[in-house]
Amino acid sequence: MSRQRMRERRTRVRIVTGEQRGLARLWDTLMPVRTVFFYAMLIFIAVGMLVPFLWMVSTSLRPPGAAFSYPPQILPTTFDLRNYQQLFTLVPFGRYFLNTVLVTVLTVAGQVAFCATAAYAFARLSFIGRKAFFVLFLATMMIPFQVTMIPLFLLVFQLGWVNTYTGLIAPGISSAFGIFLLRQAFLTIPRDYQDAARIDGANEWTVFFRIFLPLTKPALATVSVFAFMGTWNDLLWPLLVARDEEHRTLELGLAYFNASSSAFQQPNWPLMMAASVVVLLPVLVVYLFAQRYFVAGIALSGVKG
Amino acid sequence: VTVADAGEDTRKARQPRGRAPGHQLWRRFWSRHNERAGYLFILPASAHLALFLLIPIGFSLYLSFHEWSTPGFLGAPFVGLENYRDLLQDEPFWRAMRNTATYTVLSVPLGMAVSLAMAVTVNRRLLGINVFRAIFFLPVITSWVAVSVVWITLLSPNAGVVNYVFGLVGLPPQAWLDNPRWAMFAIVIITIWKGAGFQMVIWLAGLQSIPIELHEAAAIDGANRWRTFWHVTLPLLFPTTFFLAVTGVIGGFQVFTPMYVITEGGPLGATDVAVYHIYKRAFQEFSMGYASAQAWVLFAVIFLATLLQLWYVRRRGETSLA
Repeated sequence: MSRQRMRERRTRVRIVTGEQRGLARLWDTLMPVRTVFFYAMLIFIAVGMLVPFLWMVSTSLRPPGAAFSYPPQILPTTFDLRNYQQLFTLVPFGRYFLNTVLVTVLTVAGQVAFCATAAYAFARLSFIGRKAFFVLFLATMMIPFQVTMIPLFLLVFQLGWVNTYTGLIAPGISSAFGIFLLRQAFLTIPRDYQDAARIDGANEWTVFFRIFLPLTKPALATVSVFAFMGTWNDLLWPLLVARDEEHRTLELGLAYFNASSSAFQQPNWPLMMAASVVVLLPVLVVYLFAQRYFVAGIALSGVKG
Repeated sequence: VTVADAGEDTRKARQPRGRAPGHQLWRRFWSRHNERAGYLFILPASAHLALFLLIPIGFSLYLSFHEWSTPGFLGAPFVGLENYRDLLQDEPFWRAMRNTATYTVLSVPLGMAVSLAMAVTVNRRLLGINVFRAIFFLPVITSWVAVSVVWITLLSPNAGVVNYVFGLVGLPPQAWLDNPRWAMFAIVIITIWKGAGFQMVIWLAGLQSIPIELHEAAAIDGANRWRTFWHVTLPLLFPTTFFLAVTGVIGGFQVFTPMYVITEGGPLGATDVAVYHIYKRAFQEFSMGYASAQAWVLFAVIFLATLLQLWYVRRRGETSLA
């Protein structure tokens, strides 16, 4: 949107009839009050969104094994880091952490590679059966994971991939959604670029790798961010495939940790909250730096349907 | 493209239909108009699709007609439609389906209303509005397991924050997650808290795609803000509404993690939802054939729900969507 148009947007048309004029003037004089009211509302919602996180952090900083503070202290009153220390000594959370990083990094790399190559072919190469293949990919987006999870597990079991990193990673390294999203991005790049490169003697791979990929970095970032979020936060598939402690991901480790400690009369809540913080922190850091790609991907998926 | 090429094309078209269409396809395959590099480019993704999606889908159908109880291959007795017949009388399964429907019917419209209100609130130019948008979006990116663990403590009957706030306003404390009446409702609230930011972003994209002129026209016609919203904004947002409803219902029927972590389907089966039920059947009781049949029934229900919404849109005459 141009700067000019943005300025126009700011000045809204207000045409009022005689009887409305008094009301409109009142509405205008109340402007500061309305602003304050809006901020109050925004802060109210923001507090609602943030309280669980603050509570988590403040509980994780309480002495190990302590009960909740009552009345609840949303902001931390004690700064006891022993829970975080215990997390990596008493429970193998360090191992879970490395497992999750490994699985996530390889899945993201795989998704970018698999989706980008296929998306390039669907966007910019005309071969027999292109449309049929593309429709097939899109159609599979409709099949929920629950339909395939049982046979997929049996397949992975037969391949001997239960309790392996391959089993955790392989089924997730391509996604129809990623192909669709990247195809949309490639379609925005003028065909002339492709033709020009071909005339200069570039083969398809060079066109793809040296021209299309560098020009669609934001879309690639969006796909990466989605793959990262989906893999880091996934519970169901690791639950099926990682049956031993060695291959557990953070999500799975935390879920088991929660299940086993709820058997006790007094679960060690501060330790559990520290574990939750460790699970959430990397995603938060990525979110801080790549916020617009999270939002762009979601908005795109919504608008394009 | 040369004239000779065009001539060849028409000659091909005139060939009698009976003579080896395969041969023709073969020639077209090797012609220089067919960019065969494309096959290499889609090879990795296609191989992945075939191995991890198409084969499992076919195998899942096969499984659902067999009495499968070990993770080994083959040798399971064929039972025809028996799994599906048993399923019709399986009261716990239908209770799980009802619970799933309750969850979906509660969480989708409520979540959409809350997120629309949030989107309208942040859809204006105010100092620091981006910070608020980022905060509202924050729960979306967090993991379901960590969030579930935190909410277990927030909802704890004795020392939880929620009951503390209830006490402050004079409401009686509830045993949220131990009470069959409240457990599902509590999970719906958590779902809305976690998902509203996601829907807000989509609403926001929809709101910002509405041309300002239409609001101006409504203002000229003397409509107040509320009526403008109700009669101009909301109808124009219909594509967004439709998208959120369809994806919300699909997602709602697939809910698993909060039930697995927070309530384990309890108390008294009140939050036993379809996917959790299927998971238990397949991976704790190892009746994989029967669980596959259940998964197909769940898919059929999701598919029907989607068709129903598409049909509704068609009837409304929104041709651009269906």
